[in-house]
Amino acid sequence: MATYLEFIQQNEERDGVRFSWNVWPSSRLEATRMVVPLACLLTPLKERLDLPPVQYEPVLCSRPTCKAVLNPLCQVDYRAKLWACNFCFQRNQFPPAYAGISEVNQPAELMPQFSTIEYIVQRGPQTPLIFLYVVDTCLEEEDLQALKESLQMSLSLLPPDALVGLITFGRMVQVHELSCEGISKSYVFRGTKDLTAKQIQDMLGLSRPAVPMQQGRPLQTPDQPVISSRFLQPVHKIDMNLTDLLGELQRDPWPVTQGKRPLRSTGVALSIAVGLLEGTFPNTGARIMLFTGGPPTQGPGMVVGDELKTPIRSWHDIEKDNARFMKKATKHYETLANRSAANGHCIDIYACALDQTGLLEMKCCANLTGGHMVMGDSFNTSLFKQTFQRVFSKGYNGEFRMAFGANLDVKTSRELKIAGAIGPCISLNAKGPCVSENELGIGGTSQWKICSLDPSTTLAIYFEVVNQHNAPIPQGGRGAVQFVTHYQHSSTQKRIRVTTIARNWADAQTQLQHIEAAFDQEAAAVLMARLGVYRAESEEGPDVLRWLDRQLIRLCQKFGQYNKDDPNSFRLSESFSLYPQFIFHLRRSPFLQVFNNSPDESSYYRHHFARQDLTQSLIMIQPILYAYSFHGPPEPVLLDSSSILPDRILLMDTFFQIVIYLGETIAQWQKAGYQDMPEYENFKHLLQAPLDDAQEILQTRFPMPRYIHTEHGGSQARFLLSKVNPSQTHNNLYAWGQVSNGGAAHDWECL
Amino acid sequence: MSVNQQAHTGPPYGQPQPGYQGYQQPAYGGQSLPGAPQSQYGAYNGPMPGYQQPVPPQGSLRAPPTSGAPPPVSGASHPSGHVAYSQFEHGDVQNGIPASAAPVQRPPASQPFLPGSAPTPVSQISTFQQYGPPPASVQQLRNHMAGMTIGCTAASAPPPAGLGYASVPPVSGSFSATGSGLYTPYSASQGPPLTSVSQGLPLVQPPFPGQTISTQRLPTQVPGFTPPPPSTGVGPSSYPPTTGAPRPPAMPGPPLPGQTVAGPPSSQPNHVSSPPPPSTMAGLHPGPPMSGLHGPPPPNHPPQPGYQMQQNGSFGQMRGPQPNYGGAYPGAPNYGSPPGPPPPPKRLDPDSIPSPIQVIEDDRNNRGSEPFVTGVRGQVPPLVTTNFLVKDQGNASPRYIRCTSYNIPCTSDMAKQSQVPLAAVIKPLATLPPEETLPYLVDHGESGPVRCNRCKAYMCPFMQFIEGGRRFQCCFCSCVTEVPPHYFQHLDHTGKRVDFYDRPELSLGSYEFLATVDYCKNNKFPSPPAFIFMIDVSYNAVKSGLVRLICEELKSLLDYLPREGNMEESAIRVGFVTYNKVLHFYNVKSSLAQPQMMVVSDVADMFVPLLDGFLVNVNESRTVIASLLDQIPEMFADTRETETVFAPVIQAGLEALKAADCAGKLFIFHTSLPIAEAPGKLKNRDDRKLINTDKEKTLFQPQTSFYNNLAKDCVAQGCCVDLFLFPNQYLDVATLGVVPYQTGGSIYKYAYFQLETDQYRFLNDLRKDVQKEVGFDAVMRVRTSTGIRATDFFGAFYMSNTTDVEMAGLDCDKTITVEFKHDDKLSEDSGALLQCALLYTSCAGQRRLRIHNLSLNCCTQLADLYRNCETDTLINYLAKHAYRGVLSSPVKTVRDALINQCAQILACYRKNCASPSSAGQLILPECMKLLPVYLNCVLKSDVLQPGPEVTTDDRAYIRQLVTSMDVAETNVFFYPRLLPLTKADVDSDSLPAAIRNSEERLSKGDIYLLENGLNIFVWVGVNVQQSLIQNLFGVSSFSQISNALSTLPVLENPFSKKVRSIVDTLQGQRSRYMKLIIVKQEDKLEMLFKHFLVEDKSLSGGASYVDFLCHMHKEIRQLLS
Repeated sequence: MATYLEFIQQNEERDGVRFSWNVWPSSRLEATRMVVPLACLLTPLKERLDLPPVQYEPVLCSRPTCKAVLNPLCQVDYRAKLWACNFCFQRNQFPPAYAGISEVNQPAELMPQFSTIEYIVQRGPQTPLIFLYVVDTCLEEEDLQALKESLQMSLSLLPPDALVGLITFGRMVQVHELSCEGISKSYVFRGTKDLTAKQIQDMLGLSRPAVPMQQGRPLQTPDQPVISSRFLQPVHKIDMNLTDLLGELQRDPWPVTQGKRPLRSTGVALSIAVGLLEGTFPNTGARIMLFTGGPPTQGPGMVVGDELKTPIRSWHDIEKDNARFMKKATKHYETLANRSAANGHCIDIYACALDQTGLLEMKCCANLTGGHMVMGDSFNTSLFKQTFQRVFSKGYNGEFRMAFGANLDVKTSRELKIAGAIGPCISLNAKGPCVSENELGIGGTSQWKICSLDPSTTLAIYFEVVNQHNAPIPQGGRGAVQFVTHYQHSSTQKRIRVTTIARNWADAQTQLQHIEAAFDQEAAAVLMARLGVYRAESEEGPDVLRWLDRQLIRLCQKFGQYNKDDPNSFRLSESFSLYPQFIFHLRRSPFLQVFNNSPDESSYYRHHFARQDLTQSLIMIQPILYAYSFHGPPEPVLLDSSSILPDRILLMDTFFQIVIYLGETIAQWQKAGYQDMPEYENFKHLLQAPLDDAQEILQTRFPMPRYIHTEHGGSQARFLLSKVNPSQTHNNLYAWGQVSNGGAAHDWECL
Repeated sequence: MSVNQQAHTGPPYGQPQPGYQGYQQPAYGGQSLPGAPQSQYGAYNGPMPGYQQPVPPQGSLRAPPTSGAPPPVSGASHPSGHVAYSQFEHGDVQNGIPASAAPVQRPPASQPFLPGSAPTPVSQISTFQQYGPPPASVQQLRNHMAGMTIGCTAASAPPPAGLGYASVPPVSGSFSATGSGLYTPYSASQGPPLTSVSQGLPLVQPPFPGQTISTQRLPTQVPGFTPPPPSTGVGPSSYPPTTGAPRPPAMPGPPLPGQTVAGPPSSQPNHVSSPPPPSTMAGLHPGPPMSGLHGPPPPNHPPQPGYQMQQNGSFGQMRGPQPNYGGAYPGAPNYGSPPGPPPPPKRLDPDSIPSPIQVIEDDRNNRGSEPFVTGVRGQVPPLVTTNFLVKDQGNASPRYIRCTSYNIPCTSDMAKQSQVPLAAVIKPLATLPPEETLPYLVDHGESGPVRCNRCKAYMCPFMQFIEGGRRFQCCFCSCVTEVPPHYFQHLDHTGKRVDFYDRPELSLGSYEFLATVDYCKNNKFPSPPAFIFMIDVSYNAVKSGLVRLICEELKSLLDYLPREGNMEESAIRVGFVTYNKVLHFYNVKSSLAQPQMMVVSDVADMFVPLLDGFLVNVNESRTVIASLLDQIPEMFADTRETETVFAPVIQAGLEALKAADCAGKLFIFHTSLPIAEAPGKLKNRDDRKLINTDKEKTLFQPQTSFYNNLAKDCVAQGCCVDLFLFPNQYLDVATLGVVPYQTGGSIYKYAYFQLETDQYRFLNDLRKDVQKEVGFDAVMRVRTSTGIRATDFFGAFYMSNTTDVEMAGLDCDKTITVEFKHDDKLSEDSGALLQCALLYTSCAGQRRLRIHNLSLNCCTQLADLYRNCETDTLINYLAKHAYRGVLSSPVKTVRDALINQCAQILACYRKNCASPSSAGQLILPECMKLLPVYLNCVLKSDVLQPGPEVTTDDRAYIRQLVTSMDVAETNVFFYPRLLPLTKADVDSDSLPAAIRNSEERLSKGDIYLLENGLNIFVWVGVNVQQSLIQNLFGVSSFSQISNALSTLPVLENPFSKKVRSIVDTLQGQRSRYMKLIIVKQEDKLEMLFKHFLVEDKSLSGGASYVDFLCHMHKEIRQLLS
């Protein structure tokens, strides 16, 4: 077993890939009987300190439908200077530059340790990164001030040659021209009117045909930068201007009468932002960063009317089909998201408000384009400020942890087909021989576009074994998958990362134990969870839960050992042992349960769940609970109410929240001030330990989690109590243990 | 020579003579001494003979008739003086004497006169009969005069009429048709003698006018007397006989009489003896003399004087010009070419037909000196061309309201019969001269102005308080209304309220009420209005320097926004927008370090992008505004955008005002046809081929109804639009003008704008336009006595119902013409009342009601109507009516209708008021004798008969312009003022005497100035002395004069100073700065200039005055037969 665990870990570190099965069932029929689909979690840009990119073009298979990249799995004939594609078996000549290769003089891409390799290629002009701020001005004065400061601060974090733009909106939408001296100039749009990209470009004076008429030739090249530069300027040129402009930004001046929400034209503002970039910088890395302090209340994409007496839609309303604007708004934002994604631009949403802001409707903007989604109570909180700052954080090598316009191409050997992907991507509709007809997630394609990704962005990719049962694969045969990711590096370089992996085939009938042993239950849990969450987006909650239950039962049926009608005889092998527990917590998680969550919150949680890597995903599914006590070093404990003890400090990390909970006794001690007494320094240390650990998590997590410090009986203790398995309560009248058997869970939050 | 003739009329005339001389004196004034005149006369005489010839016989004849006329004449002889007085007095009397007085006088007068016109005349007529014409009432005489005005005048003496006509014969000739026949006889009979006589009587000749006048006058006078009755004129007529004595006393004019007396003499005799008598008469005005002669004319007291004056004036002028004529004429084909006397028959002598110059001059002399006191009902005010002061004593000043007739027929039948339109030309916010007081502001407290319960008329001097003052009876609808307690006041023994003189609304014709919140939109007091400047910054505007110019000007102009009374600073807020294909709004909030520009490109759905900071107080945001105005020209210096939008610009302004919840005015500076993709986009549809087709009307109609709807919205918000156009090509004024027009705004057009030549004019217009007094969000309603009703309205406004005239903005130059129709009978006793109430928001945001009241007489006799008409106002109405007609009917139809209506008016007069005479005679009512000439001008105007050089835009522009002109403006617009600059007296302030608009009157050796309210032409003859050219233009020769000059060079010499001061004076009189164009004789531009010589045949086919007069005559005869 250890070997498999190591293998899995090693593979993950080297390739950023985790498969649910690491030995593959060799026929379609068997594969379907495995219940958990053959799938993987891919982190395309996993940070690899030991991976120096090579500075040349990859060598591609010459078959037009294949175009796989030369990799260590290929058969190479050094004498004939030929190589055989391991996907289509096409024999290819090496390009002239490879004339000198031999067994001892291999290019990097042929070495086994370079199953993942990164090429830097020269393609097209290098365009600087683009950051377009879309700022809501219908904020409280303090909020706006804080936001302005954050934005001003961010200018110093941007790469100096990056282009920035500013759109502000309230009742109207203003596109600010940044190159003006002496007078600040902006284009204003009505917040109630949907405009086509063409109209927007015309109105912003971005359409070109009119100009050349007059001037003739000289326009073509020189004019383009001029046009776009009106609204998007290099930071280093205009940071003073922009700082002033941001400083002068006023709250939306239109009066808001009693009992009304301010009129907020988020839909139009986004539409204009998308239109602006679409017209000026198609297919270039760009971030549209939307900062909003409330729900859109007018125009296309409005989520709620401006009457305060009508509250914004709740899950209840949605179930009752009582959310008037939801469908229309969702459609609006979906259209925008698709357009934006088609152009390789991503949309971030930073929504800070006490009430909902319409994330439910807007989620696709971030989901489809790989943008961030951040939800907070106010712009004037460290949660927002630090999260925002972290968007511009840099990696170990001093590079921004963001990449743009990625194009993920997946190639499989012929026994496999691609069923789909789940993650912050859209389909590129690349049909091909390796595309399955059965879709899981975003399917029907072998290529996806990920407009923005960072080193932790992770996609789930689902495969289908298509090998027929009666066409056995020869012993020792291996299936291969190649992931080719073209992307724009934050340094604006174009890069290609190629990961090629191979796994053994095994006959499930004869070698089930191999397959079983090679099961990656963590990956499988996350992959199943993604499928579940993906379904939950479109299906009713109970259906999804039932589906999950059924899958779990079928899996247990397949791999569990039990005697019929004897529950106590049930055993699962070690490689499956944790899986049911994950699914149990998944069922209770906010990703599938909407109770006590607003639609916005659900969207927010699901958004992050669909893009985080395996570790973070697991934390989300089953929060981690650490216990600190005088009885020993800090230890992870069961996420169970039984772990709550009076003399313990608990640290819970749910990904979105970090809760430090002082047990009853500890809390009393702290109140008594023992920690300040020199003789109880150890108590002081005990108190400090979880704080330090929490700090460590806070340092790296994106988005910043909500940090909660509470104690036994504190009102905020609910954050902990709602997560733990309620096997014990203060009032242990009920047999809570039954819950774990998968009945309809009684949600504890209600207490 | 004249003596003989005079002998008869002598006495009266005799006196006149001195007047005449006097006349001459004044006319010639310092310049020509008697001697000079003589010489002139001499020259005159030369040609005259032909004409005058008839006169002599007339004279002889007249003598008898006059004598026959004895009653009058005799009266005249002795009374003549009286008569003369009377006439003069009339004028005075009219002013002085309350309307009531008139009736009294009438009776006597009427008797003689009426008969005169109809039966009575007999006696006289008998004598006159010979003359046939004489019987014609005085009016007839006038008519005669008018008719062949000249002839008439010549024959004028009714008796003379005959004579006149005799002399007329020539005319007759011209009248070819029937007239000729008639005339010929006369001419024949008289002709020979006349000629002989004329020869013999040199005097006579010159007299043409004079003679005619004299003769006519005499007769006219006689009959005239009758007419006088209606007006105060009656007095005179009656005076001679009965009250003759009293009058004089009554006559304030004792002096006048004197003058008059002098005048009379001046008439015929003048010509002859004029020179000598002058000394004696010296003091007398020529005018008076005439009047004296006219003594008879009394009918038109006012007119008569005028008339006479005219004649006199004409004489006087003639003299003035005569010299010229002397030169020109003799040489001129007209006179010269035609064989001496005989030729005349072929042609109507232009000098003998009614002369506007004369009429104006006479009125000026007669009525310019005394204030016009408005206390009397139905008084005809002095002409618009006369400078006079007004004392408000219960009726609105003629500066506010002028009527086509001050005596309204009692029944609609009469009105229909006469075809005289009943209309009032109202200028509710007219600017008053500094000597006159502005309407007082009256506050009736919280309950608002006191009004009639039923018809809602406002308290006015005509309301009758009854029951000891507890109630009042409405003068309009007779309903009795309780006087509110706070307004109660006791009555004195005459039934007047004790506080009569303390309350403007009881004692004055014009005053203002402070409106209460009930009179405000949405029951909320209005906010102060706003001005929004919207500047086209497309390529054309920038390149021509216009944008820079406007911005520069605005910097200083903003300090002169209109403010109320003694306020320290204007309450008006300002905003700025620039635009080409998109709109740029500016945030100029005082707290900003620099202005912010907000571009709105969504022109399809215009909105205002900002609220706070768009409309600002000038003083608070001074620095930001200055910075903005500095930057605008820079920002667009490199623009390549040539397309513009237009409707969205207005929408933007409208939305801005809506957002600010106030009324206001948009100043739009626009250069081109709005072809950019936007609502209200226009296409070039200029098609000259449509002219003279049934589709011509489309050229005046807007392309799309879009602008009409927009205008409606603007009016609802109180958004007035002033449009400054700078086109280099067709930009469809007809469509662009819809909104300015319907919102009560103005359009200014500067075709082919060039900075050097046009900036001064534009800036002056802009300054005036920005600074002038204006009311916002105005609603005007005209209430009338039961019996008539306002039925039709002309002007720049919008009407959402049939009674209320709505104007988003109404400035001090805007005029509304209102037509009345009968819906019942009126009574002579109570007369007719008009009350015009204008509800508006002042420039400080105060809601007010301005009330103008006017009382008119009513008549059962058509003669009374015809005696109290005002031709200038009539023309104003007719022009506006016709100009509106072209929107719906082919131009030809409109022209024909116009001619037809006038023919009917005159025919009705001829039929009902003039004494029977031969059909060949053209008889015009005294106060309408200029109707033909003015009407001809209207018919020849660019709208109704465009010349080849007149663009479609010009026509639309003028059409709209005329629609809101007041009477003074239409007067000079249709009959431009032509001043001989070289005749100007460099030492006096006065303008040189105007001359008639005919090329014949121009001398190659002189420089003339012609103004029509839009342009000033300076015409330089080829033979002008070099020194004059040097003095005026600073160049040494004629050929060096540049006609690109847009102003006269500033040179330090008396002549240059004088001319420039004349130009400045004229500019000061007009609401728009006139374009100065230098025209050199025989230069290309002269064609343009000649277009304005309206008495001549025009290139586009317009008839000459003489021809048109003949045509009118024919029309009238057709109607009569």
